[in-house]
Amino acid sequence: MREPIHYWLGGWAPPWGIEYVVDAFNAYVLVIVLFVCLLTAIYAKRSIEKEMPHKIVPFYVVFQLLVTGLCGIIVTGDIFNLYVFLEIASLAAYALIAAAGGRSLKASYNYVIMGSIGACFYLLGVGFLYSVTGSLNMHDLSLLLPPLYENKVVQAAFVFFVVGISIKMALFPLHIWQPDAYTYAPSAVSVIIAAAMSKVSIYAFIRVLFSVFTTEFIQIYLPIDTTISWIAAIAIIMGSVIAIMQTNLKRMLAYSSVSQIGYIVLGVGLYSTQWGLYGALIHILNHAITKGCLFMVAGAIIYRTGLRSIKDFEGLGKKMPYTCAAFTLAALSMIGVPPTVGFITKLYLVLASLEAVEYVYVGVILASTLLNLVYFWRVIDRMYFVRKEGEEEGEKEIRKDEAPASMVLPAIILGSLCVIVGLLWLAGAETPLLPIVDQAVNALLGTGVAAP
Amino acid sequence: MTEGLIVSSYIPLFAILCPATAAVLILLSSKRPNVRESWTIIAGILQFSLIASMIPTVLDKKVVQCLLFPQTMFEGIAFGFKVDAFGLIFALTASFLWILVSFYSIGYMRSLKEHAQTRYYFCFAIAIFGAIGVAMSANLLSMYVFFEILTVSTYPLVIHEQSEEAIRAGHKYFAYLLTAGVFLLFAIMMTYYLTGTTDFTNGGIKALAELGSAYKLTLIILFFCFLLGFMKAAWMPFHSWLPTAMIAPTPVSALLHAVAVVKAGVFGIVRIVCYIYGVELMTSLYLGLALACIAGFTMIVANLFAIAQDNLKRRLAYSTINQLSYIILGAALLTQDGVRGAMMHIPFHGFMKITLFLCAGAIMVVTGKKNISEMAGIGKTMPVTMLAFTITAFGMCGIPPAVGFISKWYLCMGSYEAFREISPVMIAFLFVLLIASLLDVVYFFPIIHTAFFKKPEGEAEEVEVKVKEAPLFMLIPLSITAIFSVVFLLDYILGLNVISMYIYELVRVAIVNVNPEWAMP
Repeated sequence: MREPIHYWLGGWAPPWGIEYVVDAFNAYVLVIVLFVCLLTAIYAKRSIEKEMPHKIVPFYVVFQLLVTGLCGIIVTGDIFNLYVFLEIASLAAYALIAAAGGRSLKASYNYVIMGSIGACFYLLGVGFLYSVTGSLNMHDLSLLLPPLYENKVVQAAFVFFVVGISIKMALFPLHIWQPDAYTYAPSAVSVIIAAAMSKVSIYAFIRVLFSVFTTEFIQIYLPIDTTISWIAAIAIIMGSVIAIMQTNLKRMLAYSSVSQIGYIVLGVGLYSTQWGLYGALIHILNHAITKGCLFMVAGAIIYRTGLRSIKDFEGLGKKMPYTCAAFTLAALSMIGVPPTVGFITKLYLVLASLEAVEYVYVGVILASTLLNLVYFWRVIDRMYFVRKEGEEEGEKEIRKDEAPASMVLPAIILGSLCVIVGLLWLAGAETPLLPIVDQAVNALLGTGVAAP
Repeated sequence: MTEGLIVSSYIPLFAILCPATAAVLILLSSKRPNVRESWTIIAGILQFSLIASMIPTVLDKKVVQCLLFPQTMFEGIAFGFKVDAFGLIFALTASFLWILVSFYSIGYMRSLKEHAQTRYYFCFAIAIFGAIGVAMSANLLSMYVFFEILTVSTYPLVIHEQSEEAIRAGHKYFAYLLTAGVFLLFAIMMTYYLTGTTDFTNGGIKALAELGSAYKLTLIILFFCFLLGFMKAAWMPFHSWLPTAMIAPTPVSALLHAVAVVKAGVFGIVRIVCYIYGVELMTSLYLGLALACIAGFTMIVANLFAIAQDNLKRRLAYSTINQLSYIILGAALLTQDGVRGAMMHIPFHGFMKITLFLCAGAIMVVTGKKNISEMAGIGKTMPVTMLAFTITAFGMCGIPPAVGFISKWYLCMGSYEAFREISPVMIAFLFVLLIASLLDVVYFFPIIHTAFFKKPEGEAEEVEVKVKEAPLFMLIPLSITAIFSVVFLLDYILGLNVISMYIYELVRVAIVNVNPEWAMP
């Protein structure tokens, strides 16, 4: 077990100066996020050239700003600094979403309003904590707070944190900004905000819950674990049910994200069991690669054919075989077919729910499998099996017409990772993956002062 | 499977990699049909020889083990293969029949000029990969992985026709089998949560039996979750996916829906009964009786349904539902001969039912007829096919010269034993067995009668009928399976011990594994 890496900004020692800390949990999320960002950057080139040819330079500038913000949120050990980076990332995201023009302006505007409310809530939480402790450093706070746990200001701050970040990560029912934003954003932007940015919000959520506050606080003073588990369970079901009703692929994926965020939060809510946080942390990786792949495919289809509606996808399996293969792998992972990564999450969450003797959650997770099946299989059916109306068997050869390699390859990489990582998890193979999750979970639960 | 000697070997891994490799090669050579088909055949032969090479070791009361990942992320669960006698029986059956059906597929698919043949062969190979994986898995979790692969890979085969009806059938197929998968997953996780292991253990998992009376209800519910999880066994009332899936090409119905998929289901049930719960626990919870009731109900009702079907493949599908319940009933009797009959019926029913399906496919290719009522006089045009059909149909009813007689004999013996040893109620199942066999006769004999003794409509005079058989690619495989189902019986009765001795020996070893007290000859 390695010691965390500390960096004092400007040489000012904490708790006065801003401190950057990287422990197992940060490192894990950081690698995931940066990997997705890298693939997105490769993917973005052709996609942006076509979608917004006049805004290529601004796109890359703002894109870098977004990545900066995301990394900043992850590495910082200072809750106010986290707010700053949260705003940097969010503002960059607002701009990127709006860059598509048209309906995305309204989506972005909604996101601005909701996002700002979330950020304000978060800031209020920070302010409250500062007013009672006089510190902003996470480690310092975790030492100063325990005697003040009964203080109503601290408890209010906690609630502000939870609600604020829940808006940012689009936890049902605070998700209303999210489907529009994901749907109307440029393809590359959808990928990064769905796969990377939502993960970062969840990171902040878990960080505040367990590193600033502690399991003791959640257990004794403000027992919200049952509440958030129930909300998560509802999110899982509602997200899937609404996704079934969608006809637009990207919108369907957006609602599927609502449901998947529910998985992670359910894992967090079951933190007191042996498996809960494992499930949450593992699903952070799983969802990043799976959803990243799905949004890349959606973008590639739009790039090549301009199709957004699922019902027009007939014959795509022949036209864009590699893209559709990547989609199939990721969709199977979403459904949770072994040996993909989605299956692993399902195992962990089922075990956690069994241990918590909450059969409702078991039912929810398993029912969600079937709901996922319904809406993902509909797409696969269209791509491969359903014939266009009035078209007879083999009437005309469909010519192969793939999206550019720089767009297809990242999708295929993520798609195959769904299976490879799934096997690695399942096998408990000697990769750094399991030990680092192990270390992160122990650090989060063990002392509650992991970060610093 | 923990007791006894364990032989570590990579043979199971190689065996299972055969179809997986073949699948990749098939995709790569999609432009050259002859190369593509030869991959399937080569993989099939290689796989069968690899699996057969494990027979001597297993007969030596050893277990061939190949743990790919000895320590998975769940403590106490290894991911890998352990081949015991029972698993080997299923693996041998599935892999041998795969070779024959591959030849048959070539004839069938090319005669009908089917589309998307690469996809067909690819999915077929993956499905076999799943089926063999199920047969050789060391524990429930490994088995579940292959189980789901089997389910997903057969979907494109079921909807091969891609008509609206086919896709609807596919959706039904998925709705049943993946829902079942959800129940199975729950049951597996629950088992793991209760005992900390999911290994198939001779005589049942001890920790499960030692849970005590407080867990009685949990164990009963858990068992029914397992049962729901094995909906692939098509027990009633969760059977209707099987007749619907008959819209698939005939080789698919033959291998997957008579051997691989449905047998994976009954295989799972026998595994649960004998290797997870164990005979004693099953008896003390009265689960054997409950399971036997389900099986008995299915046998009778499925046969009544079968009588009403005019489509030959659908009638065969209902016959499959019925025969699968023979296997379930055998296991549920929890007696030596019952379990023996169940285990024997897995390969024997496989050989017989596949012959029947292959005959149905041959008839369709040659004459285009699907319904029994149109088949008048077909015995004269396709004598070899109909002879094979007749012999194996006899076998299905438990009449020699086909081998169905033996497994039915043991099942009847088993229910008589259950009557003596367990409870007088069990005698009822002897009658259920006999009635079901009688009903088998009721729906199989009209087919034979129509084929041989009825004249086609509109043919007033005796016309010299020309013999017109299916292509040799199809005719030979179905003759081989028919011959095998006769040879198995002759072997046994005359004591020739040519080939089927292995099956009987394997079953003997498997039975001793289930309960050491059953070691008598």
